[in-house]
Formats: sequence, C-alpha cells, structure tokens
Amino acid sequence: MIRAPHRPKLVVIGNGMAGARFLEDVLAIDPGLFDITVFGDEPYGNYNRILLSNVLNGSQDAKEIFLNPLSWYDENGITLHAGKRVTRVDRAAKRVYADDFTADYDYLVFATGSKPFIPPIPGTPLHGVFAFRTLDDCRNIAEYALDCKTAVVIGGGLLGLEAAKGLMTHNVAVTVVEMAPWLMSVQLDEAGGKVLGQTIAKLGISARTGTVTKELIGHRRVTGVKFADGSEIPADMVVISAGIRPNAELARECGIVCDKAIVVDDQLRTSDPAVFGVGECVQHNGTIYGLVAPLWEQTKVLAKVLSSADATATYSGSKIATKLKVMGVELASMGRINDLQPTDEVVQFSEPGRDVYWKAIVRDGKLSAACLLGDLAPADDLMRMFHAGADAPSRRLELFFTAASAKKEVSLADLPDSHQICDCNGVCKGTIVQAIKAGKCTVPAVGKATRAGTGCGSCKKLVKGLIEAVAGGVRAEPSESWYVAAVPLDKPTLVAEVKARGLKSVSAVLRELGTADDEKSRNGLASMLKGIWGTEYIDERDSRFVNDRVHANIQKDGTFSVVPRIYGGITSADDLIKIGQVAKKYAVPMVKFTGGQRIDLLGIKKEDLPGVWTDLGMPSGHAYTKALRTVKTCVGTEFCRYGTNDSTGLGIDLEKRFQGFEFPAKVKLAVSGCPRNCAESTVKDVGVIATEGGEWEVSVGGAAGAHVRKTDVLCRVKTKDEALRVIGRFLIYYRDNAKWLERTYDFSPRIGIEKLREIIVDDSLGIGTQLDAEVEKTIAAYVDPWLERDKPAYAGQFDEPKRVPLPVL
Amino acid sequence: MGVKVQPMTTTVTRIALCTLDEIAVGLGRAFDVGGREVAVFRTRDGRALAVDGTCPHKGGPLADGMLIGEQVVCPLHAFRFDGTSGACDQESVCAVEAFSAEVRDGTIYVTVPLA
Repeated sequence: MIRAPHRPKLVVIGNGMAGARFLEDVLAIDPGLFDITVFGDEPYGNYNRILLSNVLNGSQDAKEIFLNPLSWYDENGITLHAGKRVTRVDRAAKRVYADDFTADYDYLVFATGSKPFIPPIPGTPLHGVFAFRTLDDCRNIAEYALDCKTAVVIGGGLLGLEAAKGLMTHNVAVTVVEMAPWLMSVQLDEAGGKVLGQTIAKLGISARTGTVTKELIGHRRVTGVKFADGSEIPADMVVISAGIRPNAELARECGIVCDKAIVVDDQLRTSDPAVFGVGECVQHNGTIYGLVAPLWEQTKVLAKVLSSADATATYSGSKIATKLKVMGVELASMGRINDLQPTDEVVQFSEPGRDVYWKAIVRDGKLSAACLLGDLAPADDLMRMFHAGADAPSRRLELFFTAASAKKEVSLADLPDSHQICDCNGVCKGTIVQAIKAGKCTVPAVGKATRAGTGCGSCKKLVKGLIEAVAGGVRAEPSESWYVAAVPLDKPTLVAEVKARGLKSVSAVLRELGTADDEKSRNGLASMLKGIWGTEYIDERDSRFVNDRVHANIQKDGTFSVVPRIYGGITSADDLIKIGQVAKKYAVPMVKFTGGQRIDLLGIKKEDLPGVWTDLGMPSGHAYTKALRTVKTCVGTEFCRYGTNDSTGLGIDLEKRFQGFEFPAKVKLAVSGCPRNCAESTVKDVGVIATEGGEWEVSVGGAAGAHVRKTDVLCRVKTKDEALRVIGRFLIYYRDNAKWLERTYDFSPRIGIEKLREIIVDDSLGIGTQLDAEVEKTIAAYVDPWLERDKPAYAGQFDEPKRVPLPVL
Repeated sequence: MGVKVQPMTTTVTRIALCTLDEIAVGLGRAFDVGGREVAVFRTRDGRALAVDGTCPHKGGPLADGMLIGEQVVCPLHAFRFDGTSGACDQESVCAVEAFSAEVRDGTIYVTVPLA
C-alpha cells in the first residue's frame, strides 16, 4: 500500500463493535485517508458481542463470532494495539498514553463501550461470581459450570436471560433474580413480562422477580444468595448481569464534558472539537443507547463527518426497534413500552394458549411503542410504521390484524430498497440486492459482502428469499437441498436444530423453524421427529396423512386396504383360513396377492378396520406408509434344488427386525437364495443375494416402478448376523440423511456408492456403533399400530359418519 | 365469525353437532346432517370449520383430509379448499359449500339449509 506522507492521524480507543465498525465505515469511504491506530482492551480482534451467549451455550465456537481477525487490521494498514489499555489522554499535546508507549492524534475517537454494572453488595469478589460481558467471561463461566449444580443469574434483562439459557446447556439448575416486578422490564410491560416468565418456566428456569439481592454468601467460593426479604437460596455460582455502565472515566479524567456518559453533539463531537465518541460510551441528547442498531447509525455519520465525505452529516438520535430471540421466544420491541401517558391509546392482544402477547401504544395518531411476544406476525409492518412515523390505521385493531394479513405477507419484491433486512448490522434490502447482482448467491457470500445475517442470524431466511428472487433460475434452487418445503434447512442442519432446541413435535418445528406449512412437510417432519426422539416424540395426529392415522391405505372410493404382515412371504394354512374367513365376514370386495408376496384385502370401510384387525390377529404390514414394507424371498435351501443359502430365514429375520421402521420413503427388501435372483433382489431398496461360496451379497438403491434401476453392490458378508448389521446401518443412515420422499434409488447415487461403502462398511465416520444403537432404539420403540383397534388414539378415529337429524319445521 | 349469507328462498337452521372434544385437535370428522354430508374440522386454536363432506374433484372424503391453517386438503389428490369460504386453491376446480360453524360452551354448532 502506498502511504501518503502526511495523512492525518486517527486514533480510536476501543476495538469493540463500535470501534471496529467505525473503522470499516471510514475505510469504505477512503481506505487511504487516515493513518489509523486502534487500542483494544481485549487481546483479540473484534468479535460480535451479540453472539456471546451462543458461545456460552456451545452452539457456536468462539472463533465463529469474530468479525475481523487480526490479519484484517494488517491488510488495511491499521495499527492495532490489542490488549493495551489507554491510561491517559493529553489533549493539549494531542497524545494518548498506553502502558509503555504513546500515540499522537489529529482526531481521537472514544469507542470505549460499557462495562457490566456490579451492584455494591457484599460477596461479589467470591470465587464463582462472574460478570457476563466478554469472551473471557464466557470461557470462565463455562469452565466453572462443569462443577456446579445450581446457578443464580442476577438480572432478568436480555443478557441475563441469555446467560441463563447458556447455563442450562451446562446442566445447571438456574434461577433468574430480577429487581423489577417482571422480566425484561425495558422491552416488555408487566403482562408481557409475566407471559415470558411462564414461557421460560416451561423450559425449566425459575425466575424471582421483584427480588432485591442483598448479599452473596460463601467462604472462598460462593455458596448462596441472600435476598432483602431475608430468604436465601443455594448457588454454586452466580452470574451478574444487572445492566451496563458507560466507560467514560478516561474521557472524564482528561476534562471532556461527561454526564452519565460522554456527551456528544449531532456530529458525535465531544466538548473538544478534535475528540469524538460513538457507541455505548456516549450520551446523545440525553440518551445512551445499549443496542447495536443506533451504533451503526452513529459510526456511519461520524465516518462521513471525519472524512469530509459529508461534513454536514448529522445524527439526530435513533428510534429503537428490535427483534430478539430470548430462549427460543421471539420478541419484538419498539419505543418505550412502559412510558404511558393518559392520552395514549393502547391496543392489546393476548393468546395465553400459545404464549402470545401483543401490545401497541398509539400517541397522537402514531405508533409510539409496541411489544410483541411469542408470535411476530405483525412485527415487520409495525416496525415499518414505527420507523416511518406513519399514521396508525384508524381502525386500531388493524395494527395487528389487517384484512389481508392472514393471506398475504408483504412480498420481498414489494419492499423498498431502503427497508432494513438485517437489524443487527443495519443492512438494507438495496445493499443486499446489489451484492446478489454482483454474484454473491449464497447466504454466507451475501453475509461476507454486506454483513447481513451475520448477527443473530434471524434474517437469513429473508436473505435467502432475496437471493431466490433476484438470482432465481441462475443458480440451483436452494430449496432442493431442504428436507421439506416448509422449513428452509437441509436435513443435517434441521436435525441439529431440532436436537439443539429440543423440538419434539411438528407444530414446534414449524413454529420455530418453519416458513410455510403444508401437508407433505408435516408428514415428513412427523416421520423425522419420530426417528429422532423415539418414545419422547410428541405425536400430533393432525400432522399425519389419513393412512397413517388409521393404519390402512385409502382407496379411490374412500374405503381402505388391509395388508397383514406375513414375514418373508411365508404363511400357513391357519393364517390363510383366517384371512379367508375375514374376507367373507366383511364381504371384502377384492382379495389380491401383491407384488411383494403379501395378501391385500381391498374395499374395507374405516369403521370395520378395528374388527378386521382383531379377527386377523396379525400385525400390520405397513403397506400404507413410508416405512419398511415387505421382504420378498425365494424358497432358498429349504426346498429349492439350486438354493445355496437360507433366504427365507434371513428374509424373516430382516422383516422381524426392521418392521415398523419409518423412513423418508417406502423401503422394500428382497433376499434371493442363489444368483438366479428369483426374489428380484437387484431392483429393491436393499437386495440380498446368496453367492456360491456361502456368502451374502448386499446391494442397495434399486427400483422397479416408474423408475427402474439396478442396485449398487455395497458389500459381501459371511454370516446372517453380519448381513443384519450392515443392512441396519444402511437403513438408519438412509433414514437420517435422505430428504423427505427421496427413495434409496435417488439417495444412493446422490451420496455415491463408494462413499456409502466407506461410511457403512468401513465405518470411516466412526458412526457404526451409533447406527447400531439407533437400530436397537428403533426396535424398542416399535408398537404394532393395529393395536389401536382396542384403544383408539383420538376421538372418532375409526368412527363412521355421525348422524344428526334436522328438526322438522 | 360472519354468518354466511344464504339465498333468500332457503331456510337455514343452526344445529348442535357434537362437543368440541369429540373432534381431535387439528382434525376433521364426518357428519350426516339430515342426509347431507358435512366435514367438520377443529382448528388448532379451538375453532370449528364446516364444509361439504365430498371433494368435487373425484368424490374424496374431505373429513379424512388434513387441515393446513384453514385449508382442508383432500386425502385423494390434495386439492385444497378454504374452510371458511369453501373456495378451491385451483382455478379449474369449483368450490365446496362451506357452512357457518361456531363453538359455544364447548359445543360445535353449524348452520345448514333446511331442505
């Protein structure tokens, strides 16, 4: 880089989100304008403090939350003093003093941020008492939590709740203590705070509101917390998150005018014309902002002023509106919800069943504040209205319920370019669209180019939508990788999210992760969740297709077909007689042999299903669902002159072992006792063929339906047990990695047979025993669904239409 | 919930069908109301929706369908009908008749023509 000889010297004290963002804004205007030096308290590059709780709860690694690595400073010719604290400023000499050296400045910017407020109570120096503000705090808390069973978080604001959530993941029982009468007293009113309290109680976190902490007790280590009312609770550790205080001491000491924080004017200038301030350490027009969005506005203005790109740029204060996610609870807040005047109008909506609470305050015909909890459907509209200062609708209820709101969301295309998509980083639609047009066609690429989606991540969905809208057709449709259409995540991500968030029902997944709702997606999620959670799965019958509700296959006339399980296709005289008797008793219109060697009773009325099953006394053949269907066999060594191995024995064992296993699509197996392949093993999802030397050849991914495909050979094994194990591993791997409705004949070539062989046979991922354990778990969870004949799972499951006569006039 | 406007010549009657608990959450049940097939659904938020029991496409039993939001999805070929208006989501398919339904004190009532 060519350096101009006499560039003005710009010194920034503070390398947090404000300091670093300010530098970026300056560089964006002109990278060669200043000779820049920056001091950071922490020995790192700068990181996204918003994501600290993710580091604490383990969902992100510390290195993932860095915004600019140390190399970034080098590349941009910035001198970074990381881990160096500025101790004194000599304004007359325009010089700052650090531990053992000095730096001269032409312009000085304070971006010193804030520090946690530690209440003046006895006991805070004890071991096991932490603040929650820095990356080091996170590490220390996580380490200390290993030996703890109970923790108390002091402070029920956003950060306190995030800390509590983080501690939960370390298996610590958490109590949150809040001085105000309700949680998140800045963003919520009392009713909203109570709803939030109930919601987090369900997550196992207890909250004590209206509670003043008097003392932290313990000898060397903290052992408990004592409250003003005299009560005490035990605590192996305490995290203090009782608010923040601006770091204004350094400025105050050098004589710059400070009130609660460093006082700045509309150009972010302090009382000294060469000294400026941005972020949480400054006070503008009497207000200190503790959120990121105002900070972005400030750094942008200051960069323009200092670089003379627009020397008249001014900052006129920020309208505070934010969307947050606290412990999985969505929350939107704008304005000051607890600032209520007698002339204000209040519009409120609550739906306790879903833990939803909305409140809006209208002042002088305009939306002045709102909070939304649990469901953010109207949030975007309200935020637009709030930011624009637009008139509230004259029918006030339309703030929440517009006539068309249920049907039509504002489409991304209709949003103005100035509409803010990423609230964390203050990125507008226009900026993102530009990046996409410049070829950034993935969410991470857009994030890298614009920062959008790199904060809390909640706008990634919108970014994805914009990529589709702008670049659609240019690249492969991203939804192709999704497991189901209603949730924009590929399967591994979806599974990880579902596990991390403990989502055990379809409605919970759709609520937390979904962007749409349709029957196929619900069916797919139901199948996946059952596989993940086994007996813990919360089975919502309204997410099942009718076949899976009544365990039979619906036919064109609304009747059903019944296929009893006949293991390996081997039946007996007694079973055949029973089937015949049932067919007669219920006047079954058609009795047919299926392609998979089973018997199908067609045309059975729904109300007759329980009777038919009882009279058959055989388990369900699962011919109606995405599950293991049949294992077709040839006669094998028992009778066949050519058979070389016991195909019927293996077929029966396979079917008994894997019956009831649910998959993303139906799965058909076959076992042939010699290479003549009479069971057509080479066109099955899993086919087994006995070879001359007494081995079994296992192959996968075949089909003989609308699509015909020969199987790929996976391996040869010597024994029946080995065959059972390798097939079990393949089936679970397929179950856990295939997209919904993806048959093995698509899955196998997609993954590639070599890779499958490495994973399944050579155990290259080291997941073999895990797959085996999943097989055992799934076997243990198997219940014959036809047993619901004795005890229907829900009202009217097998009932005929209820007759209701009309009154006669 | 607005009462559906019926033709002038038709007399309508409101009649109790069953208790809310007789229909599972998010599912439907088939009724024969004076000879008329009616599919009644219980939404996840505890309301009731009532439409003609038969899909106009191929006669599928709508009560066996899934309820997605307020859309009844036919179990045979996944045609969708609005549970309040009866309108189909595909232009070429005619609407099903929809009946005003309400839940009062845990009982589901529908308003049907007396014919």
